[in-house]
Amino acid sequence: MRCAVAVLFPVVLMLVACQREERDTRPQSALGSGEQPTPVTTLVPGGQRPSPTDNKAASFEANAFHLSEGKRLFGWFNCSGCHANGGGGMGPALMDEKWIYGSSMESIHATIRDGRPNGMPSFRDKIPDDQIWELAAFVRSLSGKAPSSAAPSRNDDMMAHPSENRMPNAATLGKSP
Amino acid sequence: MTKRSSALRRYSPGLAAMLLVCAPLLTAASEPSPAPAISPPAAAAPPDDGQWTMPAKNYASTRYSELAEINEGNVKNLQVAFTFSTGVNKGQEAAPLVVGSTMYIVSPFPNIVYALDLSKSGAPIKWKYEPNPEPAAQGVACCDVVNRGAAFANGRIFFNTLDGHTIALDANTGQPVWNAHVGNINIGETITMAPLVVKGKVLVGNSGGEMGVRGWVKALDAGDGHVAWTAYNTGPDKDVLIGPDFKPHYDMDKGKDLGVTTWPPEAWKIGGGNVWGWISYDPDLNLIFHGTGNPGPWNPDLRPGDNKWTSGIFARDPDTGAAKWFYQWTPHDLHDYDGINEQILLDMNWQGKPRKVLVRPERNGYLYVLDRTTGEVLSAKPYGPVNSSKGVDLKTGRLMENPDKVTGTGKVVRDICPTASGLKDWQPSAFSPKTGLVYIPHNNLCMDEEGVEVNYIAGTPYVGMNVRMIPGPGGNRGAFTAWDIAAEKPAWSLKENFPVWSGAVVTAGDVVFYGTMDGWFKAVSAKTGDLLWQFKTSSGIIGQPITYRGPDGHQYVAVLSGVGGWAGAIVSGDLDPRDATAALGFVNAMKDLKNATTAGGTLYVFRLP
Ligand code: HEC
Repeated sequence: MRCAVAVLFPVVLMLVACQREERDTRPQSALGSGEQPTPVTTLVPGGQRPSPTDNKAASFEANAFHLSEGKRLFGWFNCSGCHANGGGGMGPALMDEKWIYGSSMESIHATIRDGRPNGMPSFRDKIPDDQIWELAAFVRSLSGKAPSSAAPSRNDDMMAHPSENRMPNAATLGKSP
Repeated sequence: MTKRSSALRRYSPGLAAMLLVCAPLLTAASEPSPAPAISPPAAAAPPDDGQWTMPAKNYASTRYSELAEINEGNVKNLQVAFTFSTGVNKGQEAAPLVVGSTMYIVSPFPNIVYALDLSKSGAPIKWKYEPNPEPAAQGVACCDVVNRGAAFANGRIFFNTLDGHTIALDANTGQPVWNAHVGNINIGETITMAPLVVKGKVLVGNSGGEMGVRGWVKALDAGDGHVAWTAYNTGPDKDVLIGPDFKPHYDMDKGKDLGVTTWPPEAWKIGGGNVWGWISYDPDLNLIFHGTGNPGPWNPDLRPGDNKWTSGIFARDPDTGAAKWFYQWTPHDLHDYDGINEQILLDMNWQGKPRKVLVRPERNGYLYVLDRTTGEVLSAKPYGPVNSSKGVDLKTGRLMENPDKVTGTGKVVRDICPTASGLKDWQPSAFSPKTGLVYIPHNNLCMDEEGVEVNYIAGTPYVGMNVRMIPGPGGNRGAFTAWDIAAEKPAWSLKENFPVWSGAVVTAGDVVFYGTMDGWFKAVSAKTGDLLWQFKTSSGIIGQPITYRGPDGHQYVAVLSGVGGWAGAIVSGDLDPRDATAALGFVNAMKDLKNATTAGGTLYVFRLP
């Protein structure tokens, strides 16, 4: 009986784990699907309206596969050359609570796709849209804005910073607001 | 003696045995020899007229002033004459210029040029010129958006902008005379160096060794800005301007098209070797001398070979650009040892024979004395802790690498000294013919490195190395060392908590000035290193101090305060110290800088009461 439990338990675990997230097996490969407006300010004359959301944001954001892909692409496309492993260099730090152009998935997606004036290149023609979403999700994980169950763990070799899945939310530093 | 003994370290041969070639620091209190027979060639260092028309003071690059009103005895009385905000809170690496009764300063990006009228009280603005460089240039500048200064010649101010323009202004009016677009930010090319004007030509080189940019130096006609010649530092001989006149001293630098054959196929096209540092000029020999930057990418596994002509020095004919000789400080560089530091031109007796020499405190940790007519190495001694190599073979000229510190893909190598930023980076030293000493502002840092794969994507970094820097032996991250050229050893050395990222200036009053990254502007004795005076400025100092005679006939000392540069990027770029690899690993060694200073951009000018 014990034996059966011991066998069953991991199976149940695996089933639960499989349940954790879903992803498209055939991701959209077309370039630049998301052309949603992404304001870079919270000031809206006439009163604040709900900020536009893209339905892709949610499906990429909490997904471990997409996050780990985002981490790989962050090195692959030389994001790390300018932003290091989140601490910044030629480009600003991405692991802190300071955002020039907004911290939402949509804003970061727009930053990567369209570039920003003070030296952030536009990767529109270099990176397929779904991979930009993966990068955006990973960028958020650098400041603790991704669920820790899904965020990747750190590279251990240089001990750059705490692993992404243990990063405190930069804005609250782990304290409840 | 005792009161400054804390600043001195006793040479320990034991350290050398541990592969840590430690600079021997002299402890004897003996005065330097009374009349050192070392002096710059007169043609390259004319008698001092009290002006400061180029960052290095003169073509010999001595950064020595004959003014002596301010001296060891009275320097303690220095007080602020006036200050001026550049309006830009980024790293201020520039040297102010003084021509007649006007001072000229260039700010970091957006590279605003100010002319200040020294003849009026408070030095009001005479004119200001805004070149409006492309903002996108900021993203491709490897290490803060610095500018190392302008140059004056024939009534014009020449300077470079981060987005790759060389501009000539009328020095009286600030009106642009010409504007030459020579660098392309879309391939990651920027310009941060100060131009040098030689025989009606403005010499300019590019930055971008971290972006896979092929290095060059160009001569622009001072009259109209057209390009008279371009010499690349990688590629076929015809691009490098290597012809029949090229006579390198060592066999390792001889052969056809070495700029191609010492690289994997095509790699030279994105191989670095940039000219972002200093150029000197010897009018007697009619030669300019300029260093070449690191090969790209940093990960050496991706570029087997000697990677000519990177991390070396060229002597060229200023009229044609034709190469006369070359010497490679660091063949097949493993650690980002750019070879772009200043070269001080001196004439001296070397082992009984009069020699025309070139003195270079190099990034790889050695203080080289070269015969500047041939490129032969006369001396190469470490001026601080070095374990990445075991010395320089004077027969072959070759740096002897330490196999234990060889970097590569997927390998973490720990405790490499000096760091990628070198025992000394761009921060220029000064030489006094009165003492025969070279005053070297420098770093004392070590690092861990891990080579990684990297894709070349034009306009993005091409580095392939994770770096993490730590303080060097002793824990002091910087030092200010006076080097006795003739004796091949330090006369004295001062420890500094942070890397000394400022330039130095020395005067006939036997006073040396330099600044610290936490904002102290210091005057020390040129003979002993004793601290004579210090003043706390508003931000860390990484600029080049100068001294001049004002319109009132009195001596002034000027320096820009404003932390930044690679070492200070943590403050000027507001980087996050939790990432040890931020700013190419420099942030890890500078975690506490944000507690010591804030960003700034202020000129300070001092005089006696
Ligand atoms: C050539 C250097 C460079 C590269 C490569 C680069 N960035 Fe940037 N990045 C910058 C600079 C500079 C800025 C700041 C732009 C500004 O202020 O206008 C920036 C801004 C950003 C921002 C906005 C930060 C904020 O506070 O709003 C994000 C997000 C970002 N980059 C992500 C990325 C990602 C992801 C990649 C790789 C696909 C990447 N960057 C590649 C230089 C770079």
